[in-house]
Amino acid sequence: MTKKSRLHIPHPAARPGEEPDFSYLQLEPAGAHARPPIDARTRELDELSTGLIRVLDDEHKAVGPWDPDIDAAELQRALRWMLLTRVFDERMWQAQRQGRISFYVQSLGEEAVSIGQGMALRPGDMCFPSYRSQALFLYRGTKLVDLMSQCLSNTRDMCKGRQMPIMYHSRDGNIFSVSGNLATQYPHAVGWAMAAAIKGEDHVATSWLGDGSTAEADFHHALTFAAVYQAPVILNVVNNQWAISTFQGFAGGERRPFAARGLGLGIPGIRVDGNDVLAVYAVTLWAAERARRGGGPTLIEHVTYRGGAHSTSDDPSKYRPKDEWAAFPLGDPIDRLKDHLIAIGHWSEDKHQALRDELKEEVSAAWKVAQTYGTMTEGPWLDPSEMFDDVFAETPPHLEAQRRQLLELEEED
Amino acid sequence: MAQMTMVQAIRSAMDVMMEKNPDVIVLGEDVGYFGGVFRCTDGLQRKYGEHRVIDAPIAEGGIIGAAIGMAVNGLKPVAEIQFADYIYPGFDQVVSELARIRYRTGGDFDAPVTIRTPCGGGIRGGQTHSQSPEGIFTHVSGIKTVMPSNPYDAKGLLISAIESPDPVVFFEPKRIYHGPFDGDPDKPALSWSNHPKGEVPEDYYTVPLSKADIVTAGEDLTIVTYGTIVHVARAAAELAGVNAEIIDVRTLMPLDIDTIAESVCRTGRCLIAHEATRFSGYGAELTASIQEACFYYLEAPIERVTGWDTPYPHAFEWKYFPGQKRVAAGIRKVMEAG
Repeated sequence: MTKKSRLHIPHPAARPGEEPDFSYLQLEPAGAHARPPIDARTRELDELSTGLIRVLDDEHKAVGPWDPDIDAAELQRALRWMLLTRVFDERMWQAQRQGRISFYVQSLGEEAVSIGQGMALRPGDMCFPSYRSQALFLYRGTKLVDLMSQCLSNTRDMCKGRQMPIMYHSRDGNIFSVSGNLATQYPHAVGWAMAAAIKGEDHVATSWLGDGSTAEADFHHALTFAAVYQAPVILNVVNNQWAISTFQGFAGGERRPFAARGLGLGIPGIRVDGNDVLAVYAVTLWAAERARRGGGPTLIEHVTYRGGAHSTSDDPSKYRPKDEWAAFPLGDPIDRLKDHLIAIGHWSEDKHQALRDELKEEVSAAWKVAQTYGTMTEGPWLDPSEMFDDVFAETPPHLEAQRRQLLELEEED
Repeated sequence: MAQMTMVQAIRSAMDVMMEKNPDVIVLGEDVGYFGGVFRCTDGLQRKYGEHRVIDAPIAEGGIIGAAIGMAVNGLKPVAEIQFADYIYPGFDQVVSELARIRYRTGGDFDAPVTIRTPCGGGIRGGQTHSQSPEGIFTHVSGIKTVMPSNPYDAKGLLISAIESPDPVVFFEPKRIYHGPFDGDPDKPALSWSNHPKGEVPEDYYTVPLSKADIVTAGEDLTIVTYGTIVHVARAAAELAGVNAEIIDVRTLMPLDIDTIAESVCRTGRCLIAHEATRFSGYGAELTASIQEACFYYLEAPIERVTGWDTPYPHAFEWKYFPGQKRVAAGIRKVMEAG
């Protein structure tokens, strides 16, 4: 390479020590877009993929044709779920820092995505989560103690000690297993939706991944299958701007929004303010109804921001400005819903603080209970010989031999 | 000479080669500005620029496929796959393309790509951050497969890999990135600074991709191993009270069967140990190759100690990992037989 390189290298707007700059985001005011009919033709929906659907305006009022008109009590419940998720995340992050669990991923700043969508889906709709979908588990009924026990790999762990923390699943809640590999869940959601269509059911499948994961081939496989078979599926790209240290430009987000990725295949895209729980709810309801009526897939891009580190394994101050989240123009989803409820006279700062205190106690109490089922350092313990179960439905002889070998070694101790 | 960890030695190998050959470039997820999640490329982008140390989209198939294209166009790409557990989306590019390009074009094209990837357990990574898939790669004709066990070898082998006209998959046992690990997680972690193989020249040197290393000479039995388990085997031999000859395979494909066979024919007893699963694992190939070369010299069946044939369970990491006691039990079995 003797000549000067002509390769284009994407650059984030700001690195550590520089002023945060979100001028690239292309924002629009709340209420700027019409809400097309559910059965609108795909080619009439293109502007939804390049615009930005917002309901909450700068005065914290719900405006425009996408306002889902949810009553205040329901919104208070949404706030509670979002705040519970945040308090739970805070506690588990702390637990990892104390060495009580081996790893953790928080969803700080992205709570509106899981809760807004959880509210818009029906219980029979199947979810194929990413590793930042914990709020969805809470919303769909998984108990705090069970999520915590999974993180502890203890005797109550739904995964029987076989998975790293946060790799939850919920059979009763219709949430598939979180994978540590990226984007693999996307084709699963499409296949599940194809099966629903084959069986003549009106259930919808949904899946989530981050902006970075759209680079994986599985993202593209899923879109192709969804388009070919017009599968009843909602495919969500949670664009939180960062994939560990690489900004969304490294997934190809520099020129066209992720919501527009499906246009070439004829999949309508919607770009939504991911920190506006009302807007998230409204577009999800629209996409779900469209899918249920045979209208096929929708790709939704949620514009949000990863408020914390990627996981407990990285330090974001090494690759992005420390104060970047504070400068994010779409704010904090919990604050925005709180401010909306206050603006319509159904909430107050005092009530908010009281709720936070109450949830902190709820989480602390659950954490105490979870630890009675065992921790990394104290029993009760899972039976190690059970590690050979579930590799196959019926354990073959070579694994039974290995189990016996392990038990003999254990007896020597 | 300098004291280096395995991370520093691997970085130094890339540094030396980038300095020496302007066609050497590095690409992978988070390898550029951030310097890699395990810090193996830390500082390289600052030194060589973002056109030679390239952050990549999260697409392992894309990384490996693009690296092949770069190599076909004359560059020497060193691609990092962040965890060996993430390599599978790139597997088609490795098996169907990378491994066969020279063969299928009658030697007209080649693609000398090096793929570096951290492997192995012992860091509480569960089933998606702990795998040892080396045997899947040695099974593919046309790629060289390497796994070092110490900083000195890591640097010398990686330089050889980058210089190799053949594609190389270079596995880095992440548990020993910062110090040798003898398999006992309750002991304080050791550092490479007190280890003779932590002494690493700062300049260019190579360790050939064709030679196994006799780590410890001995006469009671031969332990054939590689990666993290080299260190476990030393401790296990001590625990079992035997004078073992320990051979670090280092380059799994092509295999230096001569060094191994000479040793096994001399000791008459052989134990094979690796962290990967047992069934169709690399140990099976070692067993067959050693049996072919040494059958009439063997005084006992060849024994294998490996990870169990299950995914790597998070809660039972140390029950799964073939630690000192399991290796020592294997040694006793070999010594008592025949």
